[in-house]
Amino acid sequence: MSDPMFQAMRQSIIDGAPDTATELAQQALASGVDPLDAVNQGFAAGITFAGDQFGCGQMFLPDLLASAEAMKAAIKILEPEMLKRGSQRETLGKIVLGTARGDIHDIGKNLVATILSSSGFQIFDLGTSVTPEQFVAKAKEVDADIVGVSALLTTTMAGQKAVIEALDRNGLRPRVKAIIGGAAVTSKWAAEIGADGFSRNAIDALALAKNLVGKGTASA
Amino acid sequence: MRPRLQLLSPELISRILREAFELLMNPGIRVGSAVVELLQSAGVKVYGGVARIPESLAQKCLASVPRDFYLYNRRGDRAVHYGGDDVQFDPGSCCVQVLDPEALEARPSETRDLVRIVKVTETLPQFAAQSTAVVCTDAPGEIGDLYRLFVVLQYSDKPVVTGSFSAEGLQGMLDLLAADSGGPEGLRQRPRAVFDVCPSPPLNWSEFGSHNLLDLARAGVPAEIVSMPLAGGTAPVTIAGSVTQHAAEALAGITLHQLAARGSPIVWGGAPAIFDMRTGGAPMGAVETAMLNMACAEVGKHLGLPTHGYLVATDSKFVDAQAGAESARSAMLGALTGINMISGAGMIESLACHSVEKLVIDAESIASAYRLVRGVEAGDAGRGETLATAMFAQTGLSGEFLKLKETRSLFRKEQYLPSPVIDRSARGSELPSNVFTRARARVDELVGTYQQPSLPEAVLQKFHTIVERETKRAGAAALLA
Repeated sequence: MSDPMFQAMRQSIIDGAPDTATELAQQALASGVDPLDAVNQGFAAGITFAGDQFGCGQMFLPDLLASAEAMKAAIKILEPEMLKRGSQRETLGKIVLGTARGDIHDIGKNLVATILSSSGFQIFDLGTSVTPEQFVAKAKEVDADIVGVSALLTTTMAGQKAVIEALDRNGLRPRVKAIIGGAAVTSKWAAEIGADGFSRNAIDALALAKNLVGKGTASA
Repeated sequence: MRPRLQLLSPELISRILREAFELLMNPGIRVGSAVVELLQSAGVKVYGGVARIPESLAQKCLASVPRDFYLYNRRGDRAVHYGGDDVQFDPGSCCVQVLDPEALEARPSETRDLVRIVKVTETLPQFAAQSTAVVCTDAPGEIGDLYRLFVVLQYSDKPVVTGSFSAEGLQGMLDLLAADSGGPEGLRQRPRAVFDVCPSPPLNWSEFGSHNLLDLARAGVPAEIVSMPLAGGTAPVTIAGSVTQHAAEALAGITLHQLAARGSPIVWGGAPAIFDMRTGGAPMGAVETAMLNMACAEVGKHLGLPTHGYLVATDSKFVDAQAGAESARSAMLGALTGINMISGAGMIESLACHSVEKLVIDAESIASAYRLVRGVEAGDAGRGETLATAMFAQTGLSGEFLKLKETRSLFRKEQYLPSPVIDRSARGSELPSNVFTRARARVDELVGTYQQPSLPEAVLQKFHTIVERETKRAGAAALLA
């Protein structure tokens, strides 16, 4: 972290400045810095800081989204070189996301997707009003670690249960973890339908996902 | 003089409407397939599910909306007036949880909870209308919307603010109301209920919403647009920007509705809120949320339309000082704006939970708001009525105002006399010490005085037939043994 370049990378993410992040990523490649080091010691440190700041109420959702966008911009530059070197960034896990059948509200789900993907998860976003069958098919196809179902409305929360039942029917659980989220979702509901976890916001979802794939830390 | 509050200048309202009409064309409004043909036959271009509605058409549709209308009680009397500056309140709806007054925890709402809310609402004059306040989780979910109305109609004579959960669910609810109003024509002539219909922000009249608008217009049963931009989340972050989006969504809804049946009643309503940048939630008790509701209603009033808003709710999880502060504040603001129907009383936890104890406390805030908008009465100077001198002529400097006949005849008009929910007694008096305990006692007292309306056997029979039919249609488990 003492390296001024890594420090600048971290700061570009905290500032939510995609142009600066892009430039720094390009400079890193031009000067022969290992792209994996750039991510791990520079940019990712910024995301971790932003997440912590959000957690303690010092940063807000728009700040967090801007940080995630900046992270995306940096990864876009670094990824081809990482592939070339065969040093792909370690993926924390594969997560299939979507909103429950009949629910078109995706703002929460999109936040979760952005935060999780910028933190190193591979996200397969099925979009809105996703059927249980679609969740199951995608989870099989990509060999998912986690399936996440979001529902805003009390009337569509039943769709979360249907997905979990479908995962069970297809024998995907307990290997595939099922998590749910949404404004009306409670711990009681999660327990009632047998979800492996629930979260009311994107940062909690990150901690939850990390724990479920065994990459959690006590502080996360 | 009636006191009022106005947030928007006439110039700002003009700007809001100008941009709202622009939004109708660009980016346009996403619409459900149910209304595509209707829009195309009116000359609207619809590509890829997006309609571009010209201002001229929207203006024409605006012109045919009734400026006011009434909701009727079971006896057929006018009981709610949508229009002008009249202000009325109904309990919020429709969450799936209630606050258990013993455990002080949220638990799933059941039929008995809805019945209790309806009974209390029925006895309180502060509520001009009932709402289908909570979903009954002990009834089959597939007919949850119909079942709520079925319960409310059995326990109330008042008008009802309700809504359906699907395109298919509406007809059964209209049939229930018609059975109680002497048939569909009776319901059209003397509507008992208004139906909330929601666009999905931003600028999207989904399949379900557009379908409901059409069906309600054709049935002649009032629709209430509940557009809910979340400033910064699903709408522009500024109040003015979100109000503009709300206006565009409402104008689009009115266009669809009036194209289906000109002259059918519809309300310029909404549940706009800010978007909480920490939690991603919609804080209903925020002052900016109240400002959004006020501003949206002001635009509707400028257009001469009946209005609705979502206030008197709190983000607190308990019936505490925060709940009281947020709910009373927004009740006052809504009343001062002259919003025709203000929904939300009784709700806590940002609309996730209902509390009947809070409902009776909110009733006190509402009564205070009513008192406030009645303003300061000063008698008629032209008829020689004085403010104080005539009374001083009687008392001199004795200070014996309590003895004056004016005091006795006017104090009830001058002062709102609160129920025992509001504690003004001296320390050490008999009243329980905290407001929640007093509210619980008040709920018990009101439930005790409540009398259930007697419905004709033939109507009840029709209710049951409709519920059975809808249960089968929806493939739900049998409800009525």
